[in-house]
This record gives sequence, structure tokens and C-alpha cells, in this order.
Amino acid sequence: MKDFAGKTLSWIAKDNIIELELHREPCNEIGTATLEELEKFAQAAEHAEKSLRAVIIHSRIAAGFSAGADLRELYRGIQQVPAERRIPRLRDFLQRIHRVLNIIDAAPMTTIAAVHGVTFGGGLELALACDVIIADKSARFCFPELRLGLIPGFGGIPRLKRDIGNAVIRDLLLTGRSFNAAKAQAVGLVSQVTAEGEALAAARATAAQACKFDRETAIAAKRFIKPIPYDELRQEVELFCEMFSRPAVEEGLRKFVESTDKMPYLP
Amino acid sequence: MPTLQQVTDEVLQLAAENFKVPREQLAPGDDFFKKLGIDSLQALSLLTRIENHFRIELPDYELQGVTDFQTLAARIHARL
Repeated sequence: MKDFAGKTLSWIAKDNIIELELHREPCNEIGTATLEELEKFAQAAEHAEKSLRAVIIHSRIAAGFSAGADLRELYRGIQQVPAERRIPRLRDFLQRIHRVLNIIDAAPMTTIAAVHGVTFGGGLELALACDVIIADKSARFCFPELRLGLIPGFGGIPRLKRDIGNAVIRDLLLTGRSFNAAKAQAVGLVSQVTAEGEALAAARATAAQACKFDRETAIAAKRFIKPIPYDELRQEVELFCEMFSRPAVEEGLRKFVESTDKMPYLP
Repeated sequence: MPTLQQVTDEVLQLAAENFKVPREQLAPGDDFFKKLGIDSLQALSLLTRIENHFRIELPDYELQGVTDFQTLAARIHARL
């Protein structure tokens, strides 16, 4: 697998491990540019040599792992595209990001998200596609979509349902509140918590450990323990599109984009 | 259990350390957004440090409209 240096992310393959680094300012918002480069990564990972046994996804940006979907780009899209073309265009975007996340989810490698700081919305959904989430103590997790009149659209609810209890999901989703790494570990979202700045080192050690075992056994174990909820993921895309067609969403996005609120990220 | 005054002192100390501001420049009634010159993401970072320090869970919606250290300390105290 050839190394890649893009505008929003880069990756290198070394010692059986691929390290994918997110580096789009201000906080790795996931829009078209990131999606295109994630698609390149997914395609390369699908055809990667069998010797590559683990993937680590992390962020170089100080603010965090990812603030989620690029809401400014989404809002501009609404403004520029005629009403009748909005939903088909949105569905296409969602289906593309779902394809990427499904590939990461099912990858025949151990996938590890090493997160810190802001890990919100689509950023959390990217982490949830991985097998293991390792968080440093600065990490904060949140699904703020409801305040925009939306639900998470990158597979968040089905993947959360796979991993943690429904009561916690309802709290996270219906209040839009954020919680820290200790809470995330307590509810089973995160499996390891490190000191600040140490998540990547812990992820490397974890990846090296995972590489020691037989590849086929690891793939079988992963398939057995981590089924991909394809039906619910498809339903999520349709529900998201249904929600998106309501006027409240455009208003919510406009408020966010134009906000001078001191805490626009908070519900 | 610490008193509200003790919690306030610890919050001021945490804010000073986190944002590298001399502790003596911070007072309980200060607007921390203005005084520390922080944005929403930095406020979240402070919230995380507060939760880790006091070993509490402080839902961020309880902090809506809270801008001064004294009120922040009271919210924390209510969760201890």
C-alpha cells in the first residue's frame, strides 16, 4: 500500500501497520474533500497487502479527533442547490460515507481510533467504525445532531447500539450532551484511556500486539463479534434524508453557521 | 466534602493552569470567556479538566448561560 499525503488526511504503512492521520483545520470537519480522501484510503485498504494487519486513525489537530460533518459546507450546499436536487445530492454523499465506514468497519485488519479532544458527531461515527477506541483524557464525545433537527447520519446510532446500552444512547442522543473519556470507558464506548497526548502511543502498542496473532483467526473473531448492522444503516440514511427535507433543518444550520454564541458546539 | 469556597479556589487554579494565566489575576466573579479569552472548544477543554479533577460528571447543558467562575463552582459543588 503506497503512502499518501492529501489535503485533509495522510497515511503511511510501516511495520505491518497503517497510520491514517487526519489534519484538516480547524477540527477535521468531514466534508467533500475529506470524503474523497477517505474513499481513496478505503480503496487502498481494500487492496492492501495481507502483511498489513492493523490501522490506526488519529488526528494531528490540537482541538481534537474530529468535530464531525462540515456543517458550513452542508449549509452552503443547501443554498446553492435547487430544492429538488438537495435530497438526491445528500443521499449520494451519505451513501458514499457509509460505504467508506462499512469498509473500515469490515476491514480484515484490527482498526484502532486514537482520539483526543473533540470527538463529535461524524467524528465519533468514524471512531465507532473502528474495532477499538483509545482515548486520552482530553477526549469529549457528543452527538449534537438533534439540535439541528437531524439525527446522526454517518452510521452513529446503529453502531452505538452494537456497542453500548440503549439507555446511554438515548441520554447522549436526546440531550445532545457531551461526555468525557472516563464516562465513555465506563459505558463501554472506549476500551482504553491514557494520559493526555498518549493515545497514539497506546494505539501503536495495541496494534503491534494485534499483529502477533494469526490473521485468519483474527478476521473470524472480528466477523463473529462485530456484525455490521447493514439494514439499520440503510434505514438511517433514509430517516436522515426525511428529516433533512424539513425547514427546521435549514434554520438550524443557518443558526449554527451564523452563530456568534460563545458555545455553538454545545446543545 | 469541600465547601463552595474551596471548589471556587480549585476552579480558579485549574483555569489558571489550563490557560496559563497568573492565578492572582482571576477572581470568582470574572467572566471566564472574557478573562481567559477562550472560545467554545477551549471551554469544553476546561470542562473536561474540571470533571477529571473533581471526578464528577457535569452535563454541559447545565452550563448554558454560565459565564463566571462562582456560578460554575456552584454547579460543580452540586454534583459532588
